[in-house]
Amino acid sequence: MSSSTTNTTTIGTIGAPSRRNTELAMLIFAVLIPVFAYINVGLAKEGTVPAGVLGYSLGLGLLAGVAHLVVRKWAPYADPLMLPIATLLNGLGLIFIWRLDQEPSLGKAMAPNQLMWSTFGVALFLAILIFLKDHRVLQRYTYISMVVALVLLVAPVFFPGVNGAKIWITIPGLGSLQPGEFAKIIIAIFFAGYLMVKRDALALASRRFMGLYLPRGRDLGPILVIWALSLMILVFETDLGTSLLFFGLFVVMLYVATERTSWIVFGLLLSAGGAVAVATFESHVQTRVHNWLNPLELSNGGVTETAQAMYSFGSGGILGSGLGQGYSRLILGIAPKSDYILATVGEEVGLAGLMAILLLYGLLIERGIRTALAARDPFGKLLSIGLSGAFALQVFVVAGGVTGLIPLTGMTMPFLAQGGSSVIANWALVAILLRISDTARRPAPAPAPSTDAEMTQVVRP
Amino acid sequence: MNKPLRRVAIFCGLLVLALLVRVNWVQFVQGDELKNDPHNRRVAIERYSTPRGNIIVDGKAVTGSTTTDSGDFKYKRTYKNGKMWAPVTGYASQAFDANQLEKLNDGILTGTDDRLFFSRTVDMFTGGKQKGGDVVTTLNAKAQKAAFDGLGKQKGAVAAINPETGAILALASTPSYDPSSFAGMSNKDAEAYNALQKKNDPDEPMLNRALRQTYPPGSTFKVVTASAALENGLYHDVDSKTDSPLPYTLPDTSGLQLKNEGNIPCKDATLREALRWSCNTVFGKISADLGNKKMKAEAEKFGFNDPGINTPVRASESIFPKDNRPQNAMAGIGQASNRATPLQMAMVASSVANGGKLMKPYMVDQLVAQNLNVVQQHTPQEMSRPLSPENAQKVQSIMETVVKNGTGTAAQIPGVTVGGKTGTAQHGENNKDNPYAWFISYAKTGKGTPVAVAVVIEGSDTLRDDIAGGKLAAPIAKRVMEAVLEGQK
Repeated sequence: MSSSTTNTTTIGTIGAPSRRNTELAMLIFAVLIPVFAYINVGLAKEGTVPAGVLGYSLGLGLLAGVAHLVVRKWAPYADPLMLPIATLLNGLGLIFIWRLDQEPSLGKAMAPNQLMWSTFGVALFLAILIFLKDHRVLQRYTYISMVVALVLLVAPVFFPGVNGAKIWITIPGLGSLQPGEFAKIIIAIFFAGYLMVKRDALALASRRFMGLYLPRGRDLGPILVIWALSLMILVFETDLGTSLLFFGLFVVMLYVATERTSWIVFGLLLSAGGAVAVATFESHVQTRVHNWLNPLELSNGGVTETAQAMYSFGSGGILGSGLGQGYSRLILGIAPKSDYILATVGEEVGLAGLMAILLLYGLLIERGIRTALAARDPFGKLLSIGLSGAFALQVFVVAGGVTGLIPLTGMTMPFLAQGGSSVIANWALVAILLRISDTARRPAPAPAPSTDAEMTQVVRP
Repeated sequence: MNKPLRRVAIFCGLLVLALLVRVNWVQFVQGDELKNDPHNRRVAIERYSTPRGNIIVDGKAVTGSTTTDSGDFKYKRTYKNGKMWAPVTGYASQAFDANQLEKLNDGILTGTDDRLFFSRTVDMFTGGKQKGGDVVTTLNAKAQKAAFDGLGKQKGAVAAINPETGAILALASTPSYDPSSFAGMSNKDAEAYNALQKKNDPDEPMLNRALRQTYPPGSTFKVVTASAALENGLYHDVDSKTDSPLPYTLPDTSGLQLKNEGNIPCKDATLREALRWSCNTVFGKISADLGNKKMKAEAEKFGFNDPGINTPVRASESIFPKDNRPQNAMAGIGQASNRATPLQMAMVASSVANGGKLMKPYMVDQLVAQNLNVVQQHTPQEMSRPLSPENAQKVQSIMETVVKNGTGTAAQIPGVTVGGKTGTAQHGENNKDNPYAWFISYAKTGKGTPVAVAVVIEGSDTLRDDIAGGKLAAPIAKRVMEAVLEGQK
C-alpha cells in the first residue's frame, strides 16, 4: 500500500499505474459536456433539441471511444489527461463553430467540414500511436525534417494571400492548407535532433564577453539562420504569429538543451531587434500595433474588428449571455470561426467559461512539460518541451491577441478554432506527446531481484 | 535538463496566468464600460429588442413601438403627433441613436435600468417578456396643442410652466420634425434624417428652440430690471415718480442717446407707467443706476448664468454677462449682450406670479416600472427667491396693468387676472435682421396661479415696435393660458 502512494508522480523507476480508467472517466465528461452544450445551443436558438444531437453524440463518443481503446492497447502508460482535454476542446470548438453557423451573415456552414477534419485528426492520432512504436525513431529524420519544414514554411509565398497574410497553400480540388501548423511539429523534431547532437558544443565551447557566454560563430550560425528565416516569414508572408512561434520555439529548446541563460538573452535581443526593424518597414505590422494600442478607435467611421472583439468580451461579463445568445456575429467575415472564436466563448459562456477553457489549455501544456520532465532520453525531453512550448506560445499569441494583451497575429486557437490543418496537426502533436509519455511512464524492464534495486539509475544513452 | 525545463514550465504558467489576468481585466474590470459603449451595437440591439416603454402625457402615450424586419432590431419607435411633441420627447432612432427624454431615460424605457431589477426578475420567473417602463411627463396636451397650433408656420417657441410647482406644461418649437420619419434604419430614414440637418435645412427643424436656443430677451427683460429696482430699494413704490430724464444719455458715452419706440410719456414716469409703455429710457437708467453687479445678481436669482438647468433635458445657459456701463444700461432693456431661452423667460414670469419664489422647472413627474410601480417621483423644489412677497405683489400689479391697458391687451382673458410683458428684440448688425417678438405672461384665478408662459417668434418682418410682441406673441400666450385654465375647471 505504501509503495503505491509514494509512486504517484510520473517520474519513477517502478512505473506509474496506467491510469487508463481515469482517462475513460474523464473522456465521458469530455463527450457529455459538448453534447449538453449542443442541446443548449439548439434550445436557445430554435427552442427545440437539435435534430442532429443523437448522431453528433454517437460520432463524438465513437471517436473518443476508439481513441481510448487504441491508447489502452498501444500506449497503456500514456498520460491520462491529454486525450480527454483534447477531446473536450475539439468538441467545444465544434459546438462554437456550429453555433456560429446558425448566423446567416457569417457565410456557409463550417461545422460539417470541421467534424470531417477532426475525424482525420483523430485518425492520424491513432495511426501515430499504432505505427510510431518509439519516438526515438524520429531522430533518424532530423535533416529530412529540416528540409520538409523549410519547404512547408516557404511554400505559401507562391500562393495568393488571404486577409493580408500569406499563410495558405491552395491545392486544387482539396481546398487550402496551412503548412505552418505542420511545420510546427516537424521543426520541433529537427530542433530536438539537432540540439541533442550539438548541445554540448553550444553549451561549452564559448567565450566570455561582458558577463555572457558567447557561443562560437559556427554554433551561433543556426540561431541566426532561424532568426533571419522567421523575419523572412514575417516580411514575405506577413505572418507575425508563425515567426514569433518558430523563433520562440527555437530559443526555448536551445535554453533547455544547453542550460545557458545567455541564449534567452540573445533570443530576446534578437527578437526585439527584429521586431523593431520589421515594424518600421511593414505597414501591415504597424496597423496591428496601432489597433492594439487603440482597440476601440473607429476606422472610416466604423467599428473595427478589434473593437468588436472587445465589445464581445465586455458584453459577456462574468457569466456570459448563454450559448447561442451572444452577438459575436458582429465580428464579420471568416475570422469569428477561426481567429476570433475566443470572442464568442467570452461572450456566450462569460469570464467563467473562458477561464475554464484557458485553464484546460494550461493543463494540457503542463501535462506536456511534465512529459518532458519524465522522459528518460534527451531527444524525448527536447521534443516534448518543443511541442508543448510551441503549443503554449500559440495559445498565448492567439488568446493574447484576441483579448488585446498583445498585438493581434493571425493564428488559430488549437482544437477550438475552425481550420483543417490546425485540428489535424494538433491531434498529431498530442499523439506524439502521448507516445513520449507512454515511453516515459512505462515501467522499466524488471531488473534482476536485488536489495538495492531502488538505487538503480537509468543511464543516459 | 530538468532545471531549465522547470523554468520553462514556470514561464508557460506565467503566460497562462497573464491570459487569465487579461480576461479578468477585459470582462470584469472593463466589462460594463465595454458593454455600454455607445459604439457597441448590442446597446442598440438591446434598446430595440423589446417594445420600448412610452412617454406619457395626460395619461396617454405619445409614443409607441412597432415591429420591423430590419435585421437585428425587432422594434421601431413610433410617435403620435411627432412634430408637436418632438421638443419634449426627442427621438429614438435605430440608426441615429436617441436624444432628450428618449436618451436620458433610456434605461427605464428599455427596461435595463437597475431600478427595474425587481420587476425584471419577476418577469424572468413568470416567463413574461422584458419590456420597458414608462416616463410620465408633466405636460398638458391641450396647452401643448394651443402652443403648437398658435406658432403655426412661424418660426418660434413656447414654454409654459406651472409657477406653483415648476412643472412644465407646454414646450413647443417650430418648425419641428417628426421623429417617426427616421426611427428605423432604412435608406429612407437616413434621407429623412439628413434632410433635417442644419446644412440641408437652414430653418433647423431639429433645434429645440424652447430649451436650447437663446435670444435677446428685449423688453420682457424689463420685468427683471423692475424687480431689481424694487429688491435693491432703488424705488419702493411702483406708483411714485422715478427720476428719469427724456431723452436719456447712456453713461460713459459721448452723448449716445437711448431712445424710446415712438413718442411715449416716459419722463419721470412711474414704474407702472414705464412698464405699461415699455419705456427704454426709464429701465436703461435703472440698470445703470443699480450697476452691473446688482443687475447680474438679480438676473442670476431668476436663473440666468446657470448652465445646469436640467428639466431633465438640459436647457442652454441664459446669459447676463459682466459688462461695461453703457452695455449694462442696454442690458436693462434686454438689448445688450444678455440672452435668454424661452424657458428662462417663462421662469421669470412664473417666479413673479408665484409670490417671488422660483420653482425648479421639470417635465418628468414619474418613472413607472412595467408593472406600474412608481420607480421615481419628482417632488417640486424651490430654486431661489428673486423677489420678496411684497415686491412680487408690486411687480404683478404693474404686469397686470400692461395687459389691462398697455401693450399686452391682446392677452386679456375675461374673468381671469392676466399679467404680462411684451418685447421686440432687435438683433443683427445695426438691427438689420428681423426682430424677435416676445411675450411673457401668467394667469391668476381665485384658485391660484396655474400657468406662466413665454412665447418668442423669430423673423416677423412687418412690425418693428414694441407692439410686435403684443400683436404676434400675446395671442399665442393667451391660447396656451386658456387651455390650461380650461383644464382646471
